[in-house]
This record gives sequence, C-alpha cells and structure tokens, in this order.
Amino acid sequence: MADAGPLSSGSDLATSRRSVTLLRVGIVVAILLSWEVLAASGLLYRDVVPSLVAIGRAIGRVLANPDFYLNLAVTLTEIAVAIVIGGLSGLATGILLGANPFLSRAYESLLYYLGPTPKIIFFPVMILWFGVGSGSKIAMGVASCFFPIVISAASGMRQIDPVLIRVGKSFHASAWQMVRKIYLPAMRQPIVNGIRLGLGVAIIGTLLAETKLSNRGIGYLIIQAYSTFDMPTMYALLIVLFVLSIGANALIGRLGGTFTTGKSTRRIVRR
Amino acid sequence: MIKTWLASRGGARIFGGISVVVALAAIELLIRVGIVNRFIVPLPTEIIAAIPRIIVDENVLHRFWQTAQEVLWASLLLTGFGISIGVLLYRFALLRRACETWVGALAAAPVVLMYPLFLVIFGRSATTIVMIGFAAGLAPVILKTTEGLAGTRRVLLDVGHSFRLTRSQQFRKILLPAALPSIFVGLKLGLIFAMINIVGVEFLINFGGLGQLINELAERYDLPGTYGAISFVILTSIVFFVITERLEQWLTPAH
Repeated sequence: MADAGPLSSGSDLATSRRSVTLLRVGIVVAILLSWEVLAASGLLYRDVVPSLVAIGRAIGRVLANPDFYLNLAVTLTEIAVAIVIGGLSGLATGILLGANPFLSRAYESLLYYLGPTPKIIFFPVMILWFGVGSGSKIAMGVASCFFPIVISAASGMRQIDPVLIRVGKSFHASAWQMVRKIYLPAMRQPIVNGIRLGLGVAIIGTLLAETKLSNRGIGYLIIQAYSTFDMPTMYALLIVLFVLSIGANALIGRLGGTFTTGKSTRRIVRR
Repeated sequence: MIKTWLASRGGARIFGGISVVVALAAIELLIRVGIVNRFIVPLPTEIIAAIPRIIVDENVLHRFWQTAQEVLWASLLLTGFGISIGVLLYRFALLRRACETWVGALAAAPVVLMYPLFLVIFGRSATTIVMIGFAAGLAPVILKTTEGLAGTRRVLLDVGHSFRLTRSQQFRKILLPAALPSIFVGLKLGLIFAMINIVGVEFLINFGGLGQLINELAERYDLPGTYGAISFVILTSIVFFVITERLEQWLTPAH
C-alpha cells in the first residue's frame, strides 16, 4: 500500500500528459477541418481561404524555388547586420546607463518612453538617410532592436552582485577588463533576454520595411504575392516566416540557457 | 550645491532635457553651416514651426480621433475576448495546459506581418487596422488574466467556500477582484501592442489617422511636416504610455 501513492501519482501524471496531447491533437484537427470546410463552402471570396492541399503545395513550391533562398539570404543578412549594430550599441549604452546612476536618471526614462513607439513611422526618414536599398531596412531593424536591448542591459547591469564589482576593482581591473571579465559574464541572462526581444522586433521592423518599399527580401515576396492575389503562396510564405522566427527565438532562448546554467560568474572572476 | 542638485532625480532629468535641447541646437547649427544637408534633415526650428501648420491644415485632431477610435475598438475586443479566453483557460485546467504554450508562441509571433492577409479578408478599411491591433495585443491579456486568476490566494478561496458562495459569486467577489491588478497589467501590455500596430498598419496601408498622415507628408516630400508628424506621433504614444502606467499604479493596490 505504501508504494501505491507514488505509483498512482506517476500513472496519473502519464494519464494527464496523454490527455493534454490528445486535446492538442483534437484542437489542431478541429482547426484544420474547419479551415477545409470554410475553403470548400465558398462563404468567403474565392481563394481567400485556399484549401490545405493548395497551401501545402505552395509551401513545397516556395521551398523548392531558388529565388526564395536568395530573398531569404537578403532578409537574413539585413536582420543579422541590424542585430549586430543594434545589439552592440544597445549593450554599450545599457552598460553605461547601468554603471552610472546619474546618466541613468537623466536619460533612461527617455529610452523607456521611446521604446514602445511604433518604429515603422521612422521609415520615411530612414529612406532619406540610407536610401531605398538594404541600408534603410537595416536601419529599421537597428531602431527596433536597440531599445529592448539597452533597457535589458541597463537593468542587468544594476543586478550584478556588488561583491563581483568590488573584486574587479580591488584587482585594479581596467574599464575594458571590467566589461569583459565582470559585467558581461554576470549579465548573460538579461543580455540573452534582451537579444531575444530585440531579434523579434528587428525581424518585424526589417520585414515591414521590405513590404513597404523594396525589390527583394521575404517582405517583398509577401507583398508581391498579395499584389498578384496569389493567396496560397502568401500563406506559404507567412507560415515559413512564422516557423523561422519562432524557431530563431527558441534557439536563442536555448543558447541562453546553455550559457547560463551552472556557470558561475565567480569562477570566471577567479581566473 | 549644483552637484547635490544634479544628484537628485529631478535635477538629473532636467539635465537630460537640457542636453536634448543642446543636441537639437547643435543639429540646427550643423545644418545652417551646411555640414548636414537640409534636404535630408530639416532645421529643428522648421520642424517646430511645421507642427501648428500640420495640426490645422492636415486636420490632425480628426486623424487623432480616427486612430483613437481604432484603439478603442481594439481595446474593447481585447477586454471582451482576451479576458473571456483567460477565464476559460483558468476554468478548464486541461485546456490551459494544452493551449498556454500556444498562446505564449502567439505572443512571440510577428502577427503584424500578416497585414496583407488581413487586407485580403477585411479590405483596406478600419476593420483591418482594428483586427491587427486586436490580434497583436491578445496574447498578453489572455496570459495575464489566467495568471492573475490562478494566483488567487488559497485562503481567499477557502473563505468563499466557507460562506457557501455560488460559483458565480466566488468569481465576482473573490477571483475577479484578486486578479484585477494582473488583468490590468495584461490589458496595459495588450493596449500598447495594439496601439503600436494600429499606427504602424495605418502607415503601411496608407489608411486611417496618424500613421497615414506621416505617409502622405513623406510622399509630398514635406520634410518639416513629416518630421513634425513623427514627433507628434511619438508624443502621443508617450502620453498614452504614461496614462496607462498611471492607471495601472492607481488600480494596483500598494503592498
């Protein structure tokens, strides 16, 4: 009898997991069936809701088309450059604000309030400054990702254990050594969180700019599919895009977890 | 004395404001001496002078009202659907376990990129803009509602049981008041996401209020007007953000 408790709780857990999985499968099947019924019903304009088979074929067509990869490469390059520029400048500003209470009091509220403004409205200005090519899209990505990274880095900087900072100072570490050996290792989690948030908004900023004015990139492909009313291709591109962006977000989260688990900053300081 | 004043919060903020004004004056000087091209960056004084013009000539108040109406409709949808779905997920634990990860993924998904799809479904109209705002702000409202209800203290629920409250009374008198601060945080986040996306989509599809104004002025190459309109939108979103923050502080009981 004494063993019955853990065994039954273990089997309860398995049953509960099975129920969750069954419910998930049920919901997905219900959504797909409803979609198919809606597609066949003709309630909406023709092709607004294409059949799943048509979307599946379009995904295959998109993935088999070399043009898609060329445009994907353009978009990925723009996002990568934006993340590097926005990330590094955001990190540097965040460290500066986090390390200096006066600067933080003077400027952080400005950044805090500018952060939630819709960045796409700056696009006309970006076109004037950086042209209609990739430069303006990268600038949009930078403007989008800078704010979450700077706010996250400044907050992470303030959360560093003061003992670590005192240890660095007692070893007469230079400013660069302090950044490299104390601040950055101790701020890994907030930095990863900031980059995750920054990546999400950089993707949005860059792609929205591509949909507004561009002749290449995934945003351009989406708006082209819209203009020619090629709905299956538009759905296919959106699905691929969502999978890629959620996957990239999860990947950064996992990398962040790998970097931060069990790696004590104190060990780095001891070196 | 100056050092003490600068060390205070108010002093530092005033210093920050003054330094922004000094930076603008420096930009004005750089443009006037020809180092910065005035056909790319207009004079800050021209931008300030353009603001009254765009307020009158471009009917900014009417455009502001259009955007405000779209935000209002989106916020009503968010409150109605977001809170109801949150309550539903709280009531049915199995459903919550099955769907919570999906709602989290929706929060991370770039919903606004689906605007061409919304254009096809709802047409180039205010409905598209409202629906994008609604879709973009839905996830935080659901998640925070569920979190708030699930975080109700056990002792409060037990008090309700001891008074033999019906399920509806338990919800109205205990669960909802206890979850209200968390629900409001969700609504605040949802509203901010909705507002950002609404102005963004107005700009992208050249329809509606403030977002469309920026697009129109940029297409006319009215540089001081474009910069002025951007400043106006930034100011509006900051005011909106501050109001929601104050409301949140007012509604959240001090612990």
